[in-house]
Amino acid sequence: MNGQAIKAIYLFEMARMRRTLLQSVVSPVISTSLYFIVFGAAIGQRIQEIDGVPYGAFITPGLIMLTLLTQCVNNGAFGIYFPKFTGTIYEILSAPVSMAEVLIGYVGAAATKGMIIGLIILATASLFVDIRIAHPVMMVVFFALTAITFSLLGFVIGIWAKDFEQLNLIPMLVVPPLVFLGGSFYSIKMLPPFWQAVSHANPVLYLISGFRWSFFEVAEVDPMISVAIILGFLAALSGLVTWIFRTGYRLRE
Amino acid sequence: MPPIVSVSGLVKTYGNGFQALKGIDLDIEEGEILALLGPNGAGKTTLISIICGIVNPSGGKALVGGFDVVRDFRKTRAMIGLVPQELTTDQFESVWNTVTFSRGLHGKPADPGYIERVLKDLSLYDKKDNKLRELSGGMKRRVLIAKALAHEPRVLFLDEPTAGVDVNLRKDMWKVVERLRESGVTIILTTHYIEEAEEIADRIGVISSGQLLLLEEKAALMKTLGRKTLAIDLARPIDTVPEALAGFNLRLEEGGRRLVYDYHASGARTGITTLLAALAEAGLTLKDLSTRQSSLEDIFVELVEAGR
Repeated sequence: MNGQAIKAIYLFEMARMRRTLLQSVVSPVISTSLYFIVFGAAIGQRIQEIDGVPYGAFITPGLIMLTLLTQCVNNGAFGIYFPKFTGTIYEILSAPVSMAEVLIGYVGAAATKGMIIGLIILATASLFVDIRIAHPVMMVVFFALTAITFSLLGFVIGIWAKDFEQLNLIPMLVVPPLVFLGGSFYSIKMLPPFWQAVSHANPVLYLISGFRWSFFEVAEVDPMISVAIILGFLAALSGLVTWIFRTGYRLRE
Repeated sequence: MPPIVSVSGLVKTYGNGFQALKGIDLDIEEGEILALLGPNGAGKTTLISIICGIVNPSGGKALVGGFDVVRDFRKTRAMIGLVPQELTTDQFESVWNTVTFSRGLHGKPADPGYIERVLKDLSLYDKKDNKLRELSGGMKRRVLIAKALAHEPRVLFLDEPTAGVDVNLRKDMWKVVERLRESGVTIILTTHYIEEAEEIADRIGVISSGQLLLLEEKAALMKTLGRKTLAIDLARPIDTVPEALAGFNLRLEEGGRRLVYDYHASGARTGITTLLAALAEAGLTLKDLSTRQSSLEDIFVELVEAGR
């Protein structure tokens, strides 16, 4: 195990975050505040509470998930894509590191960044609404598992992408609809039966539901199903990554 | 002493069917400077890339320090430093950080003192806090060398180190290479510039179309190169070389208008004075004289042409 290499990649990636502090941290905070103003203040006037949870508090876990997913996918994808784009990937490929170590460095850094921003959003939200966390341990489990899983998804996208268009395709076209339609801002119980059934096909619903349950003990689905879904997704991605490393897909001719 | 790098029967066929290497055999001794010459697309970079682990071989074997580059990649890659052909740098990173990163990536604990020495040796120390995008092309090239040396490699690959570099900087680069060799590092460089190979290499290999056409000590090559020819243009053509000149092994060319004499420029006696006296004695009138030295370039072009 080349621990020095993992540390080098991890610190290198975290340094990138420090360099782009404004873009990485300030912009998600501003957009979250905007969501609170638009959804919390405007719609919250009409929807007082859902399942006994004040509307402003109800949307907080969904907002954290929205940011966490987007940040993790983006960071994970960009981290490995950028060296491919600039050509500095030669150094990673010619270093005495296994691809698993490369993965731990990049995905670890992307997940860390995502979680730092997620916590900043949580802190920002608590300025607007009263937040209590009923199951702190489960909250951390959902939080960390989601961060790792979606950073890994980003990593796969970063390896697959041949240009910036492909790099942005999934983070921009796939992730936001899934998050918005996954019950970030409403309970799917408020939907007609057909759309409720459709929503259950959306994996992000389970994440948001489980995460919200760890705060307020209200859920769309059993929290254990949420854990199972996310572990299943993580396993599927790990399998895909193992195949990528074994074949050298888009990395090593 | 076993060779530090040993390549046998190395074959590479890319996914698109292009055969970049067609069975390369090559042993590189520890501490030497080997120059690989060859036209574009000859397979030089592919060969280096396989040894360094960037490209997987299709067949054959490459050993570094006795270890297989695929099976024991951790051991071999820890011994190797690579300076790529393209100036690929992380533009937004500082010189110090990017070199420190390279050391960590190769599994070595941080050693600011060593990094400082490397940067000073490459006259980069005063630029250590600069972002890479602020540096000139030549300075970036030095940073890539510093990155390649950050983990104290035993073998250094320089892929076209002086491509697009001006004359002064090229001479500086040669000095850097010379200093590295003195510290015991084995250096393999690829180049287009025959002059460069002549200047700094101990041995020279010529690669074309995926094959190693020649591999020889520079000294031995230079001996071949030391051969010169003297062309004597005659005022009036002759049918045969006069009997009196038989001892000089002259060739008759240009329909009897030119006599050609081969000699060794480095020899104690070239025989030219005697020849000229003999020519006068034989009653031949000379119109013109010219000498020509065959260069590494001639040999190179001849080999590459023959290999096509």
